Amino acid sequence: MKLLKRFRIQNIVGFLMGSIFISGLFAPSVYAAEPLKIGLGMALTGGLAAAGKPAKLSIEIWRDDVNKNGGIMGRPVEIIVYDDQTKPSNVPAIYGKLLDVDKVDFVVSGYGTNLIVPAMPIVMDRNMVFMTLFGLAANEKFEYENYFQIMPSGPNPLTDWSEGFFKLASEQNPKPKTIAILAADSEFALNTAKGARMNSKKYGFEIVYDGKYPPGTPDFTPIVRAIKAKNPDIFYVGSYPPGSVGIVKAAKEIDLSPKMIGGGMVGLQYTSIQMNLGKTLNGIVNYWFWAPEPTMKFTGIEAFLSKYQSEAVKYKYDPLGYYLPPFAYAYVQLLGKAIEGAQSFEQQKVADYIRNNAIDTVVGKVSFGKNGEWAKSRALQVQLQNIQGNSIDEFNRAGKMIVLHPEEVKSGNLIYPFPGWQ
Amino acid sequence: MLLFLGAFLITQNFHNQYYYLAAFTVLQYIILSQGWNILGGYTGYVNFGTGAFFGVGAYTSAMIVKTFKIGKSAPFLELPILFIAGGLVAALLGLGLGYLTMRIKGIYFSISTLALAFVTVTIILNIDALGGATGLYIIRPRKIPFFTNYMEFLFLVMVALSIFAVAFARYIENSWIGRGLSAVRDDEDAAECTGVPVLKLKVFATMASSTLMGVAGAAYPYFVTFLEPISTVSLDVGVNSLAMPLIGGTSTWAGPLVGAVLLGIIQQIALVTLSPEYSLLVIGILLVSFVILAPEGIVGLFRKFRASLKK
Amino acid sequence: MVSIDLLLNAVVAGILIGGFYAAVSLGISVVFGLLDIANIAHPLFVITGSYFTFYLNSNFGLDPILVGLILMPLFFVIGNIVYQSYYHFFEKQGAEPLRGLVFFFGVLFLIEVSIIITFGVDYQLVEAAYLGESLNLGIVNVSYRLFIPFLVGVLLTTGLHFFFAKTFYGRAIMGVSQDSLALSLMGADPVRIKSVAFGIGIATASMAGALLVMILPIEPALGREYIGRVFAVAVLGGLGSVKGALFAAIILGIAESLTATYFGAAWSSGVSFGFLLLVLAVRPAGLFGR
Repeated sequence: MKLLKRFRIQNIVGFLMGSIFISGLFAPSVYAAEPLKIGLGMALTGGLAAAGKPAKLSIEIWRDDVNKNGGIMGRPVEIIVYDDQTKPSNVPAIYGKLLDVDKVDFVVSGYGTNLIVPAMPIVMDRNMVFMTLFGLAANEKFEYENYFQIMPSGPNPLTDWSEGFFKLASEQNPKPKTIAILAADSEFALNTAKGARMNSKKYGFEIVYDGKYPPGTPDFTPIVRAIKAKNPDIFYVGSYPPGSVGIVKAAKEIDLSPKMIGGGMVGLQYTSIQMNLGKTLNGIVNYWFWAPEPTMKFTGIEAFLSKYQSEAVKYKYDPLGYYLPPFAYAYVQLLGKAIEGAQSFEQQKVADYIRNNAIDTVVGKVSFGKNGEWAKSRALQVQLQNIQGNSIDEFNRAGKMIVLHPEEVKSGNLIYPFPGWQ
Repeated sequence: MLLFLGAFLITQNFHNQYYYLAAFTVLQYIILSQGWNILGGYTGYVNFGTGAFFGVGAYTSAMIVKTFKIGKSAPFLELPILFIAGGLVAALLGLGLGYLTMRIKGIYFSISTLALAFVTVTIILNIDALGGATGLYIIRPRKIPFFTNYMEFLFLVMVALSIFAVAFARYIENSWIGRGLSAVRDDEDAAECTGVPVLKLKVFATMASSTLMGVAGAAYPYFVTFLEPISTVSLDVGVNSLAMPLIGGTSTWAGPLVGAVLLGIIQQIALVTLSPEYSLLVIGILLVSFVILAPEGIVGLFRKFRASLKK
Repeated sequence: MVSIDLLLNAVVAGILIGGFYAAVSLGISVVFGLLDIANIAHPLFVITGSYFTFYLNSNFGLDPILVGLILMPLFFVIGNIVYQSYYHFFEKQGAEPLRGLVFFFGVLFLIEVSIIITFGVDYQLVEAAYLGESLNLGIVNVSYRLFIPFLVGVLLTTGLHFFFAKTFYGRAIMGVSQDSLALSLMGADPVRIKSVAFGIGIATASMAGALLVMILPIEPALGREYIGRVFAVAVLGGLGSVKGALFAAIILGIAESLTATYFGAAWSSGVSFGFLLLVLAVRPAGLFGR
């Protein structure tokens, strides 16, 4: 009797185990005109969804653009996206499914280092091209030759990232002497802070405060006050959106006004946060990816943004989309152009083409160097200026986000010292 | 044994990576939920902090991989060493938890396990040698003899571990230990009076439970190749390894197994078939409806069904 | 001189944020402590409150606090419905509380999904004229952005405290947590009383949500980050003790704020949970438990 019971339970287990195999075997296997399948996992729910969803939209806009013009080498593009729920543990199975069940022709990455790295072993096993979206120094340990990363951080991601900020500071007269560094306790922010520390040394600033804060910190006044007590000339911040808002508000409330403030604050580029902070943003110097300045009008960017903006309203995504979307468009656009350039669907040929050619994209001409990073850094430093209020019209035009660095896209001059909070 | 042989044959003949990767997560949860159930189901101490033990196991194994590099010289020896070490360190943490069970009960115990998970995250974040929030890279070997891919080997080892976990739980359940534990669950004071060594049993249960969780964690670094405290010691691990036994049924070893296999597979399928919001939605609805419709878990339902057939 | 200034400000900041923590944890304390229901989805109700506040504020320019007040009856009704279904499926069947827990985990997922579908995933904030201002009291500087949540949190706690201590319904709720049989013998319906209590717990979430969105930008997954902290406050204060929750929240706030000022913020959440573990190991009923 007991045996019978056990037997039945094992039957259930066996049946369930079997059903996953079968459900996979019957997955889509119908071919219509040999579409070119590109697969990826993306954070569509969870902590990074605010970035992941607009990225997915951008990739789909690219697909439609390409298919309108006859596809890539005659093959229509099909995009397969799965939601990684912002959880690294979901990523390996997603890429396994894409490659072994969906049989995609190419894969690209999800958003952010944490969600890129878990896919690396599977991609490396097959020597595939891996275009990735905003991994910070993710390939330094793997040194995988077919890895190409679209964020313009440059060949030395950690220091190049804040190079502009520190160079600008060191050019001022009198030169500022002391610096306070504050970073969120998260991968990206800590890495930018690490770079900031190295740059402080290089440019000869004395670090008078060096701290980190846990994500989820609701109140920044104690931290900001501790920093004010050190009276630094420069306040370098590496933070995530909730922290960026909290730090700016706390600094304003207790009037912490160093000569330069900003650096690596994620979130100040988001339209909803810009509209909330309004005039408070004036004078902050921060990293940026794209701004509607005359020096940044690359081919196709405006057409892309107008398509993006008309769609984004429907889904309540970031209405302007200057932060991630152009790069999300660019990393698949670059892959598409490389396939056409190499005139081949072979992984190695496409990878070689990307490695050896500068390719035009909506974010400018991109060529890759060491570890698959941009050969030359184009990490922008932008100062917010002339913001009068909280309406969206303050942020969708030139003259508000002044590009200070690098030289080739510079659109205005730094206001120094920081004019005080408004 | 037969199951293991079967799994071995599969790895030799079937090379579709997806199923190994998806099955890895399911197997991981079989071990976790068996571990959870020894303390939560048999003994009645509800642990929210599975993530802490899982994470401690994962970090232990990652540090060993990084410091000793056993994989190069003895590829087949490496994983067992990792599992033993991961299990041992987690068991030590379990000893601390065992002390807590002496003092506090019920929901207070649950909250303190939750706090334990948060403290673990904070400690890892603040130790630079563990990578802090920037994380650790653990690059798994690309090749191993007899297997076309390392993942297939890892899968096989996980099958073996899951069989061990199930057998271990079954052994406990059917031995005097299990009867002692359920006496503790029903009424601790009464058990004490009738001569059950309550204290010893509770410490044993917490340590056995946390060892299994640590072992499950020890395999994780090679799976994700990138460890970072917030997603490793996550609430999701805690919730899943509690929901799975509950859905399956907590009174017997079969419950966590059925729950883990069922919920694990549904989650894996939802991940790659449904649109994102709806996969969360489906899982929410499933959780709610399972606890409403099957109060004794699936195993309980099954038993009821058989009992009614007999009549 | 500077250090006294810093210390004083750190303590004040801790007290202020403590008032806010109290508002967020109040619902847990009531529901968990008096009804023995571990409503793990409570932070998600708070986030829902935040999103409603954001919606009404950005579309109609309503003041966030006012929105919090207006929404309280609605949340009360929602809480009622949730409790009724919980009662129907679990308590009536005599199911173990653990199953209820999984039920609330399910509810947590459902609320999160509904928020994503209705409001999208972008970061959102509210606006009000006073939010950017701050009050300067000599060496102590107080921003309205934190002072108002503190004030509202304290008012809410005090109000509830008196409600439980003085009114008929309040005392009935306290009674139901101690001996529901006796209460039903006296002719009161324990289920109705419990659903009122649960409703009150959820109603506090709408106000807490309004306060949250004043302090920080919100996004749908934020709720999970608060689960640990709110349970810590409720347990530390002694479950069911409204007054205890307020004091515990303030102690926690001060501990976090002092850590952030003197040792670096990285340790602050570890300090508060370590503190919780310590208290539980020494005095399981919480600092102010009965």
